[in-house]
Amino acid sequence: MASYDVVIVGGGGAGLRAAIAIAESHPTLHIAIVSKVYPMRSHTVSAEGGAAGVIAADDTLDEHAYDTISGSDWLADQDAVEAFIAEAPKELLQLEHWGCPWSRTSDGHVAVRPFGGMKKKRTWFAADKTGFHLLHTLFQTSLQYGMIARFDEWYVTTLLVDDNRVHGVVAIELATGQVEAITAPTVILCTGGCGKVFPYTTNAAIKTGDGMALAYRAGAALKDMEFVQYHPTGLPFTGILITEATRAEGGYLLNKDGYRYLQDYNLGKPEPTPVMRSMELGPRDRLSQAFVHEQAKGRTIDTPFGAVVHLDLRHLGAEVIEARLPMVRELCLKYERIDPVTELIPVRPVVHYMMGGVHTDINGATDVEGLFAAGEVACVSINGANRLGSNSLPELLVFGRRAGLAAADLAARTLSATTEPSAGIKAQIADEFRRLEREVAARNGSGGERIADLRTEMQQTMEGSAGIYRDRESLAKGADKLRELQERATKATIDDHSRTFNTELIASLELRFMLDIAETMIACALRREESRGAHQRTDFPNRDDDRFLAHSVVRRRDDGSPTVDYLPVTITRWPPAERIYGR
Amino acid sequence: MPDTITLQVARYRPDIEREPTLQDYVVPLRKEWAVLDGLNYIKDQLDGTLSFRWSCRMGICGSCGMSVNGDPKLTCATFLDDYAPGPVRVEPLANFPIVRDLVVEINDFMLKLRRVKPWLMRDQHKPLDEGEYLQTPEELDDYKKYSLCINCMLCYSACPIYGLEPEFLGPAAIALAQRYNLDSRDEGAHQRLDVLSTDEGVWACTYVGECTVACPKGVDPAGAIQRYKLIAAKESMLDLLWPRGAR
Repeated sequence: MASYDVVIVGGGGAGLRAAIAIAESHPTLHIAIVSKVYPMRSHTVSAEGGAAGVIAADDTLDEHAYDTISGSDWLADQDAVEAFIAEAPKELLQLEHWGCPWSRTSDGHVAVRPFGGMKKKRTWFAADKTGFHLLHTLFQTSLQYGMIARFDEWYVTTLLVDDNRVHGVVAIELATGQVEAITAPTVILCTGGCGKVFPYTTNAAIKTGDGMALAYRAGAALKDMEFVQYHPTGLPFTGILITEATRAEGGYLLNKDGYRYLQDYNLGKPEPTPVMRSMELGPRDRLSQAFVHEQAKGRTIDTPFGAVVHLDLRHLGAEVIEARLPMVRELCLKYERIDPVTELIPVRPVVHYMMGGVHTDINGATDVEGLFAAGEVACVSINGANRLGSNSLPELLVFGRRAGLAAADLAARTLSATTEPSAGIKAQIADEFRRLEREVAARNGSGGERIADLRTEMQQTMEGSAGIYRDRESLAKGADKLRELQERATKATIDDHSRTFNTELIASLELRFMLDIAETMIACALRREESRGAHQRTDFPNRDDDRFLAHSVVRRRDDGSPTVDYLPVTITRWPPAERIYGR
Repeated sequence: MPDTITLQVARYRPDIEREPTLQDYVVPLRKEWAVLDGLNYIKDQLDGTLSFRWSCRMGICGSCGMSVNGDPKLTCATFLDDYAPGPVRVEPLANFPIVRDLVVEINDFMLKLRRVKPWLMRDQHKPLDEGEYLQTPEELDDYKKYSLCINCMLCYSACPIYGLEPEFLGPAAIALAQRYNLDSRDEGAHQRLDVLSTDEGVWACTYVGECTVACPKGVDPAGAIQRYKLIAAKESMLDLLWPRGAR
C-alpha cells in the first residue's frame, strides 16, 4: 500500500495543472498522479483551436462573461463564470512563462483569434495544436518537481470512501496486473469526459467517463448530465475534429447546393469575412441543430458514413491554411485524402464535449469530503447548457489550479496521510482486490457476449435516444435498453486471463463505467421537459425558466438506478434573456 | 482491390508464452482503414486477447507506434490499402523491451526526458503581472519544429545507435532539449550542456539520419543533434580556454 497527501486521478491538463499548483504552494506535500495512460497521451493533446482569455485592448471581462453565459443558455453559474474569466488570462500567461509556444503577432505579443459565440477576439492559440502544446508544456514543466510521483498506466477501479469521506483509491498496474491501494486524505478527479458513450465522437478511445462513474458510485452527485455537446465539424468516418478555428479564419459551411445554409436558422446574414457571433461563428449547439434540419430538408450530402455538409476553406489560400491551420490540412490529407486548399471538406456533427460532470463548488470540491474534481470530468458549472469553443482549455487550467490548492489546504490540515486506514477502508480494499481477481480469473470464454458488441449497442442506443434531438419516447426506450445492457455486461466474456497488460479487462471495467454514465444522461434528459442549449426535446421545444432554470443533480440509489433532483442556478448580473446571434 | 487482407501480428504474453510468435488474422480491407482499424477489428471481433496501445487515432497522442513490415509507424496514420494485397506484418517497435504483444516498455525514455531538463529556465522569472515574454514569429520559428515531438518513440525504434548503446539519450530527448535551448525565452542552455555534450549525448550520434526519416511530425531530430554538436564543440573549446566560473 502506498500513501500520499493528494492523489490526482488523470494526468491531462487539469491533473498536471493541479499537481504543479500543489508542488509550488505546498512543497512538502506528497503528490501522486495516477493515470491510465502516460500523461502526454491524455486527451487534452487533441484540442486544436485555442484557449480564451481577455487580453486585447478592446475587450473586457464582462464581455467574455456575457458571451459565456448567453452561450450557456443561462444555465452557467455566474459567480463561477466571473471567477473563471478573471483568472483565465493569468493562467494563459503562466503557460506562456512556462514556455508554451503561443502564436504571435509580428511585434512579438501573443496573438488572439475569433471563435464561435465570442463577441471579441480573445482566443489564444498555438497554430491549431493548442491542446498538444499546452499539455506537453505542462507535462515537461511538471518534470522538475520531484515531489510529484507518477503512476503511469495505472487504472483506478474504485474510490475508497467511508462515512462520506475519501481515503484514496484502488488501482491496477497495467504492465503487471498488480492491484494496489493508494491512500490519501484528498483525491482530485481529472479524468476528462465520456465521449465514447456515443458512436461518433471526436473523443479519444480513453474517454470513457471513468472519473464521473467513480464519483457516482462513491455517492457523489453528478450535475447537468443531459447536456452533451455535438461539435458541428467532425470528419465522417473517424469523427476526427476539424477545429472551429477553420471558421474563425473564414471558412464557410455549405449544403449540397453550395449554399451557406446557416442564414436560414436565425444566425445572421452571410458576409465574405467572419462576423463575430454570427453565421459560421455561431455557437456549437445551434450549428449542430441546423445540420439536423438541413438533413431533414434533404439538403445534405449522403456518404457511406452518413449525411455530411461541406466546410469550404479554399478561398483562404494555401498560405493562411499552412500558417494557421496546418494540422487541419494534415488530417484532411491523411484521413480523407483531400487537400482543403483546393477541395471541400466533408463534415458532420459528432459528440465532442460533456458540459455535465461531477458536481463541484467553485474550488472543485464535491459533496464527498476530500474528493475534488476539475476539467471536463467536473461540472462547476461555467458551461451550462452549451460550452463555447476555447473555454475548455482555460477551464482546466483555472479549476485544475483551484482544485489543487483547495485539496492541498485540506491535506496540509489532515495528518491522516501516514495513519493506518480504518477497518472499514481495509475491508473495502480487500473486497475490491477480490472483485478484480474474479474479473481476470473466473470469467471464461464460454457463451458470454463480446465486450465490443455490448459497447456498440450502448453507443447506438445513446445516439438513437439521446442525440441532438430527443423526446420522451426515445429516452424512455433508451433507459430500458441501458438497464438491460447493465445486466448483460456483468456476464460478458473476458477471453484474456493474463495479468500482463490486460486491455480486455480494462475495456470491461470501462464499459460498466460508461453504462452508469449513460444512464445518468438519459435520466436527466427525461426529467428536463424543456429545450435549452444542447438539450433539445422535440416534445418540449421551448426553454422553460419557470420550471428548469436549475441544474439537474443525479445520484445513485442503492439498487444502482439514478435519481434526479434540482439545484438553483446562481445569477449575479445577467438575468435570463433571449440568446441572440447574427444581429 | 481484394476485400480482405492478412495481418501477421506479433503475439507474446510473458506469463504464458516463452517467446514472441506471429499469428495470422484476416481482416476486412477498406480504403479508409488504418492498420489500427485492422487491429481493433481483431480485438473486437476475432480475439480479445490481443493487446496494443492506442488513443486519439489522429496522430497526435503518440500511443500507437508499432513496426509495420519492419518500419516504425503510427498505426493510426498508416493505411492498410498501401500494403495491399498483403500480408502486413505488425510487430512491437524495435529497440525496446516487449511488455506484451505490441506493447513496449518506454520508461527509459521517460527518465531520459527528465534528464535533459525540458522546461523553461530563467535566471530571473518575470512576475506574471508584467505580461508575456515577447517573442517574434521568427524567434518562434527557430525552435517550433522541435516543439512538435509527440514522444511516439518511432525515432528510437529507427535509431541504430540506440539499438546498440541503450545509454544514448536518443533523438527525441535531444530534440526536446534543443527545443528549449533555441527558445528566445530560455536561459538554461548551459544547464543542459553537461547532459547533452557527453558520450551518451550528442557525441554518440554518428548521423545516420534514420530518426528524421521515421519522424511522423517533421521534427528532424538528426538536424537538432548536428546543430547542437557545433554548439557543444564551441562550448568545450571555451571551457578549455576560459573555465566557466571565470567567464
